[in-house]
Parts: sequence; C-alpha cells; structure tokens
Amino acid sequence: MTKGKKNLTTFLFFTIAVLMTPLFLAGNYLLNVLVFVGINTMLAIALNLLLGFAGQISLGHAAFFGLGAYISGILTTRYAVDPWFAMMLSAISVGGLAFIIGFPILKLKGHYLAMATLGFGIIMYIFFNETVDLTGGPSGMSGIPNLLVGPLIFDSDMKNYFLIWGFTLFIMLLSINLSDSRIGRALRSIHDSEVAARVMGVNVRLLKVQIFSISALISAIAGSLYAHTMTFVSPASFGFNFSIELVTMVIIGGLGSIYGSFLGAAILTMLPEFLRVFQDFDIVIYGLLLILMTMFMPGGLVSGIRWLASALSSGLRKEPD
Amino acid sequence: MEYSRQLIQYALSGLSNGAIYALIGFGFAIIYNATGIINFAQGEFVMLGGMLTLFFLTFMNMPLIPAAILAIAAATAVGITFERFAIRPLRKATPLNLVIITIGASILIRGVAMLIWGKDTHALPSFSGNDPLYLAGATLLPQHLWIFAITLVTIIASRLFFNYSIVGKAMRACSYNRRAASLVGIDVRKMVLLSFTISSAMGSMAGIIIAPLTMTSYDVGIMLGLKGFCAAIIGGMSSGIGMVIGGLLLGILESLGAGLVSASYKDAIAFIILLVILFVRPQGIFNTSETERV
Repeated sequence: MTKGKKNLTTFLFFTIAVLMTPLFLAGNYLLNVLVFVGINTMLAIALNLLLGFAGQISLGHAAFFGLGAYISGILTTRYAVDPWFAMMLSAISVGGLAFIIGFPILKLKGHYLAMATLGFGIIMYIFFNETVDLTGGPSGMSGIPNLLVGPLIFDSDMKNYFLIWGFTLFIMLLSINLSDSRIGRALRSIHDSEVAARVMGVNVRLLKVQIFSISALISAIAGSLYAHTMTFVSPASFGFNFSIELVTMVIIGGLGSIYGSFLGAAILTMLPEFLRVFQDFDIVIYGLLLILMTMFMPGGLVSGIRWLASALSSGLRKEPD
Repeated sequence: MEYSRQLIQYALSGLSNGAIYALIGFGFAIIYNATGIINFAQGEFVMLGGMLTLFFLTFMNMPLIPAAILAIAAATAVGITFERFAIRPLRKATPLNLVIITIGASILIRGVAMLIWGKDTHALPSFSGNDPLYLAGATLLPQHLWIFAITLVTIIASRLFFNYSIVGKAMRACSYNRRAASLVGIDVRKMVLLSFTISSAMGSMAGIIIAPLTMTSYDVGIMLGLKGFCAAIIGGMSSGIGMVIGGLLLGILESLGAGLVSASYKDAIAFIILLVILFVRPQGIFNTSETERV
C-alpha cells in the first residue's frame, strides 16, 4: 500500500469507530464527555500544527478558543446574527487577528515566544473578565442559540456529538493531508532548522505566520462550536490553565501526530471525569499522572501504541471489514 | 502636589513588588542557566514560603523568625525532592518534556497545598508592626523596608557567591558549557541540584516577605511566578543586574498603570509592557543579539 492509501484506510477506520460509538452510549453522560473530547481534539490538532509541525510554542491558545466563543456568543445574543454566519465571522476575524499579531510574535524564539504568547493569553483572559458590558464578566454569558440546519436543531448530546465530530473529522482529514504536502514538509524543515529552511527557499517568516493564523482559525471554530453547543460561556474556560492543558494534550499524545492529538485530548478530557471518585484528591492525582506519563512515555502515547500496533497488525488485517 | 504625592506612592509600592518579581526571576534564571529548563513550578515555591510560615506560626505557635527559617528549609526540601525524583532521572529528555514535568509538579504542589490548608486566603503578620513611615508625603510601611533590605542583601550575596566562590564559579561554568565544565572536573549533577536548592530557597523567601502585604493562599504562586518570569525575560536570563532592573521596571510601570489607568487591569498592564518590550527588543533589554547557527 502507498502511504496515501494507508493514511486513508486508517482514517476510514477511525471515522467508522467515531460514528459507531454513540450507538452504544445512547442516554449515557459519557456522550457529553465525548462531545468535549471532540472539541478538545480540534484544539489539540490546531496547536499541534504549530507546535508539532512548525516547532513554534504557544502558551496562549485558549485565548483564540475564547475569542471564537465570545465573538459567536456576542453576535448571536446581542445582534441576532445567524449562528452559522457568526461562526464564519469569528473564524475569519480571529484568523485575521492572529495573522496581524503573528508577525511581531513569531519573530521571537524559544522562551521569549513562550512568554509572549502566554502574555497575550493572559491579557485576553483579563479582557474577557473585565469588559462586563460586552462579555458578562466573570459570571459569563448565557442564552447563546443552538446551531440549526432547516428543522434540525442541535440541542441534544446525541445531535451535538455528530455535529462536533463531523467538524473534528473534517479538520483531522485536512491536517493529515497538510502534513504530507509540500507545505507540511516545509513546516517540518522550520522545526528542524530555520536557517537551513530559509536557505532551501522556504519563506520561513510568512509560513510561520500563516500556520499560526490557521491554527488560531481552527481554535476559533472550536470556540464557536463550544459556545453554540453549551449555550453558555464564561472566562474560566479560557484561562492560562487551559492553554497549558492544550500543550499537555499535544505533548502527551505525541508531537506532530494527528491521532496523537486525539489521544492526548481524549485522556486529558476524560481523566478528570474518572478521577472525580477521588474527590478532592483528583487534582493531586492529575498532577502526578502528568509527571509519570511524561517520564515514562517521553515520545507520547502514540509511540507506545505504534509499538503495540506493529505487534498486532498482522492479526488485525485478517479481520473482516 | 497631590498628584506628585500619588505618583511617589505608586512608585514606592511598585518598587517593593518589583523587588519581589526580581527575586522570583532570579530563581527562574538560576535553574534556566544550569539546565535550560523554564521551571513553571517556581511560583509554587513562593506560595510554599508564605503558607509554610503561616503554618509554623499558627499551628506550631512558633515565633516569626524560626518559622520563616523552617519554612524556607521545608520549601527547599520540596525543591530538592523534585529535582532528585523528577528532573534527574530524565537527563536526556527534550526541554519541552521537562517543561511539562515542571507544570505537572506545579499542579501537584498546588493540589497538595489546597488539600492541607484549604482554599482560604490568609494574612501573615508584618515583621515589625504596621506603623507607617512618611517619605516625601507618601506613606511607607515597615514591611516595604524589609522587602528592600532583604532583596538587596540577597542580590549582593548571590553576586558575591557567583563571582567569587569556587562553587558559584563552577555553576557559572556549567551554564556556559556543560560538557566543558564536566571535563574540568565539575560535578554537573551536583550543580543542577544546587541550582534547584538555591532557587527554591530564594523563591520561598520572596513568598514570605511579600505575604504580609498581599495575603497568601494556595494559588498565589501562579501569578507571582509568571510576573517573576516576566522580570527575567525583560532583564535577560543571563544578567544579574538586568534582572533587578527588569523586576523593578515591571513593578513600577505596573503600579503606575494600575493607579493611573485602572486597577482591575493591573495584571494585564504587566503583560502589555512585556509584549511591547519583546516586540521592540526581542532578545530582552540587556542582552546583545545572538546569531543562530545551523
């Protein structure tokens, strides 16, 4: 099999698994958790394009997510804009904003870049909290309308599951294609050595800004979807901690791996749900697991699973479709 | 007259916050120079300093000075344990993985602190009363003087240590070139451990001297840590004096901004200053630019 075909087969299997899952979970609250897994997968992939492919860290990605959510929320509740149109506007404006601030920010490297993106994230978080007239301040903004297509309103966990995962699968497919394209290779060359990439004719500066902008745009779409499925947003979901959590998802899943981002997002989203039985101890166990996972699986979960998969692959292939 | 008095008042409180940021920034820089790691758990040592002092004061009924010394010792022990069990086994991990480990450690330390001491905010008593002093029309608390004095002494002591003592010179050698340092017989691992020891001690001390002014709780470490990181970035990780100026600059500008523009945007102002400085001088104010090699 060629690489392209192999990628497509993997993606088809993944799609089938995603579409089948709700059949077993009707009425289960886990379905709601899986909606969040979908949203976080989108965000982790967006960040992975920047961090895993181009090697540029962002500690402020929750801000783009929040901007997407708030722009959608404000447009639909205050100005009665159609939700789909609001989503489009928020994606374009956040992507545009990232493009503009990308030029000065991505000139920075290493921990200076980390600090600048972190600063941007915190400034936006304070802005969400303090502009009470616009965002509702710390107590949040409610009554955001659900998305609808004709008579179909996305207002239950089951419908939201298919809505969110439809978007997530689409973004996964795009990212997988991107990683095997000319642009994907150019991005990875930036990761390895910026100077060498420039010598080979890659427009490093523009490409970094473009991927930053695309990454922000996807995060904004995820934010819009979040606002319209939750119908409520508050600043607490878009703070520094969530930015850090996104970076953790990407690294725990495996840098540069699209399915890794899914795994990282799935684990970090579901872990707190399962840890709830430990009540107050959940945050302690969460921190401990983070340390242990990074210590014992430095290449991310995906490298561990790849090893397992190669051992099982011959057996799997014989199974009927 | 009223206006200039206000300005002096803002500048004074900015200076004392700035001194704290500089101390925390020092902690960041010491670990960064020895290991290349940005230690996101640095702020938690600041929190531990304040909370542990309070713990020894109220639950063990100790006087202030032994309580503070014990708190610094306990926080330093946490720092040493962290280095020994999470950083040292991973000598060959990528810097990003190490950063994630420090984030995990900060969540863990904060979580344990919340379990032990709860979510309440506490005040630490001032070191020597609350009778204000008057300086050019502005009021000054004795605690501000303590902060200036302790910061000054710490910075002079660390300058002497890094420039004149054999161990300090060995630590600097590690930060220039680790392999060359180990070739001339410096035990690099010991130096890394020492860097964690010094920086957790320094961080917890910063937490103790600021706690009487700003209160303390299990989650104060996040913002204080980030501001210290800001100071380190503005001043440049490699410059001691730069760090102090960076911290003071950040403290004063932040305090003036909060006073003259809006107090609710105080934290935002600090980060806007940071972004402006980074955009104008991407390598920090006091560093000369470096050429990247392939």
